[in-house]
Amino acid sequence: MMMQDNLTAGTRQIGPVVMELRNITLRFGGVVAIKDISFDIRQGEIRAIIGPNGAGKSSMLNVISGFYRPQEGEVIFRGVPRGPMKPFQVARLGIARTFQNIALFEGMTVLDNIMTGRLNRMKAGFLSQALWWGRAEREETENRAAVERIIDFLEIQNIRKTPVGRLPYGLKKRVELARALAAEPQLLLLDEPMAGMNVEEKEDMSRFILDVNDEFGTTICLIEHDMGVVMDLSDRVVVMDYGRKIGDGTPAEVRGNQAVIDAYLGVAHD
Amino acid sequence: MTQPRTPPGDLRSVPALLARNAVRFGGRPAYREKEYGIWQSWTWAQAADEIRALAMGLMAQGLAPGDHLAIIGRNRPAHYWAMIAAQMCGAIPVPLYQDAVAAEMAYVLDHCGARFVICGDQEQVDKVREVEETTGAEARIIYTDPRGLRSYDAARMASLAEVQQQGRAGAGQLGPRLDAIVAGLDYDSTCVMLYTSGTTGKPKGVVLSNRNIIETAKNTAQFDHLTEAEEIVAYLPMAWVGDFIFSVGQAMWSGFTVNCPEGAQTMMTDMREIGPTYFFAPPRVFEGQLTSVMIRMEDAGRIKRWLFKRGMAVAHRAGPALLDGKPVGMADRLAYAFGKLFVFGPLKNTLGLSRVRVGYTAGEAIGPEIFDFYRSLGINLKQLYGQTEASVFITQQPDGQVRSDTVGVPSPGVEVRIGENGEVYYRSPGTFVEYYKNADSTASTKDSEGWVATGDAGFFEPETGHLRIIDRAKDVGKMADGSMFAPKYVENKLKFYPNILEAVVLGNGRDFCTAMINIDLTAVGNWAERNNIAYGSYQELAGHPQVYDQIRAHVEAVNASVAEDPMLSGCQIHRFLVLHKELDPDDGEMTRTRKVRRAVIGEKFHDLVGALYDGAPSIHTRTEVTYEDGRKGHISATLRIEDVRVFGDAGARKAAAE
Repeated sequence: MMMQDNLTAGTRQIGPVVMELRNITLRFGGVVAIKDISFDIRQGEIRAIIGPNGAGKSSMLNVISGFYRPQEGEVIFRGVPRGPMKPFQVARLGIARTFQNIALFEGMTVLDNIMTGRLNRMKAGFLSQALWWGRAEREETENRAAVERIIDFLEIQNIRKTPVGRLPYGLKKRVELARALAAEPQLLLLDEPMAGMNVEEKEDMSRFILDVNDEFGTTICLIEHDMGVVMDLSDRVVVMDYGRKIGDGTPAEVRGNQAVIDAYLGVAHD
Repeated sequence: MTQPRTPPGDLRSVPALLARNAVRFGGRPAYREKEYGIWQSWTWAQAADEIRALAMGLMAQGLAPGDHLAIIGRNRPAHYWAMIAAQMCGAIPVPLYQDAVAAEMAYVLDHCGARFVICGDQEQVDKVREVEETTGAEARIIYTDPRGLRSYDAARMASLAEVQQQGRAGAGQLGPRLDAIVAGLDYDSTCVMLYTSGTTGKPKGVVLSNRNIIETAKNTAQFDHLTEAEEIVAYLPMAWVGDFIFSVGQAMWSGFTVNCPEGAQTMMTDMREIGPTYFFAPPRVFEGQLTSVMIRMEDAGRIKRWLFKRGMAVAHRAGPALLDGKPVGMADRLAYAFGKLFVFGPLKNTLGLSRVRVGYTAGEAIGPEIFDFYRSLGINLKQLYGQTEASVFITQQPDGQVRSDTVGVPSPGVEVRIGENGEVYYRSPGTFVEYYKNADSTASTKDSEGWVATGDAGFFEPETGHLRIIDRAKDVGKMADGSMFAPKYVENKLKFYPNILEAVVLGNGRDFCTAMINIDLTAVGNWAERNNIAYGSYQELAGHPQVYDQIRAHVEAVNASVAEDPMLSGCQIHRFLVLHKELDPDDGEMTRTRKVRRAVIGEKFHDLVGALYDGAPSIHTRTEVTYEDGRKGHISATLRIEDVRVFGDAGARKAAAE
């Protein structure tokens, strides 16, 4: 429905597999959150993970981001099996994410919040930073320029200097996306980017996600509840239910999959 | 005004002015635009180079003399450049309202037969393509912001930067061709074509020549002593004649700087950073600013409130007199100086008006309280009266002779006379050439001697020579008993209350007057918040009994004031209702310049009109609304209709009738 012009396959390059998840099983004590799931994410695509509440979607995203370490299975990023990692190591690999419940610095301005997304790229030493001279000054200017391009891209110029705590929910979500983008990620993970938004905000967010993918060629993996949005946005969809994968394919394929219809869309009773 | 070195006789086109500025003001800033959080600027020499490159590029793309080039986008230097570049190619620039929906755009694009369209962004490109699906026309699209357009048909469109590049690359061959066209431009060449918003019927394309624009710019720049040092903020729709006169005409003539804000929402911040010296805003903007100041003061601490109250009292007493150079006592002068230091200086700075030397408002009547507020802060706010067909200026107020109820004396070079029916006529060098492809309308508007009917009724004040406008001539009617009906007069009084955004007064040919009212969501919403009144929607707030009480009090106060004028006392409002939706240009209820379309409202809300006159206490209604993307929906509501007290003769009559 929205901006489908952008999704014409001819202009977008869907490349080779960037991330592969092989037979992932994740347990919390006795609870099995994810059971033997395998799928992959290709370069430049928008990949969605959907499923009913408690299906294990967020856990899956946390596995992808390296925050959870699965008991079984392998996460292969760019052909290399990945061991346990600290969050900053994940960020250095070029993976950025947003959170389901917004995790911004409420007291800081939008600009400063987004600047934190550039932290990985600031190499200047303590003294240089303190004196704001030489490398620190140069870096700040470069990073600010990059941040301003993102501000322009997401159309949040008017709130540049506003403390995040004063913003409405929909805008906070957008700021969080901006911060993730500031890291110039190869792979962007979005945890329910449209939860709690009204129709108009959802349309805006969808447009931004498509534009990010189109303009920067960023690979995007997102979790979403809203079926309509997912079907419009994504190239391929993984469907989870009770920690298992019950479907995987293009939106049309998933829509026609009986297991998915039964589990997620509900069984027809009449 | 500094005298140009080039003989004025040669300055007979906007490109000629540009060439002069590039030489004379070469190193001075011509355009600024805030982008990526920083003000980017172009000197006159750089701007001339950019415009030339764009003109050559457009020529290479196939823009030929006599073609029409439409421009749809927000105020950006590149869009102003496109208008000048078009003229350099001998083509005619046609700026359009960027917030118009596709259906409205279709008429204009089709009417002028635009062969080129400059689109600000993807949204505008989408609209143009939507229009073309229905009309079948295919214009060449040039876009300024490439975002989201990557996957579009590249054969049909190009980015403005690419076009400039193409122009620069082909300069050797294109340059001489361009120079030849520019050399042939004169006072009679078309400078721009602007579509009137049209309170009735279809928009008309007003053709304005270089003579219209340059003569008007020259005269009015002298009137207000504008120099190359002025700073203006270009934020009003580019399709509006005023923006063209200020940001192109006067800017080109005087050589001053045009600053383009980052976007509509950052306008206030950007204005504060620029500090314009010459500023125009419709009354609506000033009202909005004042409302937000008042709301913020109500939320401020006690000391601040006290300071503000005391400061404003002094300002009201002494400010306007000081501004007009009238004598003021020593004590007041001192108090004003203190107030300036602690209250209105900082306030002016917050509003971005610290440096304003000349400020204008026009388009609608401005409330005396609002007007006085700005004047008392020491801002030289004046009124002018004009229209598209006059290249804006018909009358304006000279410094030191400013009042809220007149629109000033005829602008330099403008002749004004009042017709037998009270209608205002004018004749000036700025008088438009014609309506494009509409000889009938041209003939009925402009007579053989060049006099143009404004459609407004007014009169000159004998003692001051200032013009006063009463109402739209065609809106002035008669009530059933023969007394005069001037709806605008009453509506303006109503709109001066911050709670009331818009009002429509009915009563032509009727026994009594009634009104439909729109609340101002900012003001009423803030009031609701402070008084712990919960509401879920605009509709719910509009129908709240306490809101009705407030509005009724306002209407009564207006009735009392209308009753004082024996000629108009019949225009008192007997019954009113508060509308469940905001009047909106997207729904056709207002023009893009936000003037009420009476005929449309009368038709669309005929059920409400009926209820206002049949004595019903409430009415259930269902209204079609158009969303921003052009889709339609419905809202239904039950509206209450209330009676109001009327005064004087009318009051007595009403009592007798009951």
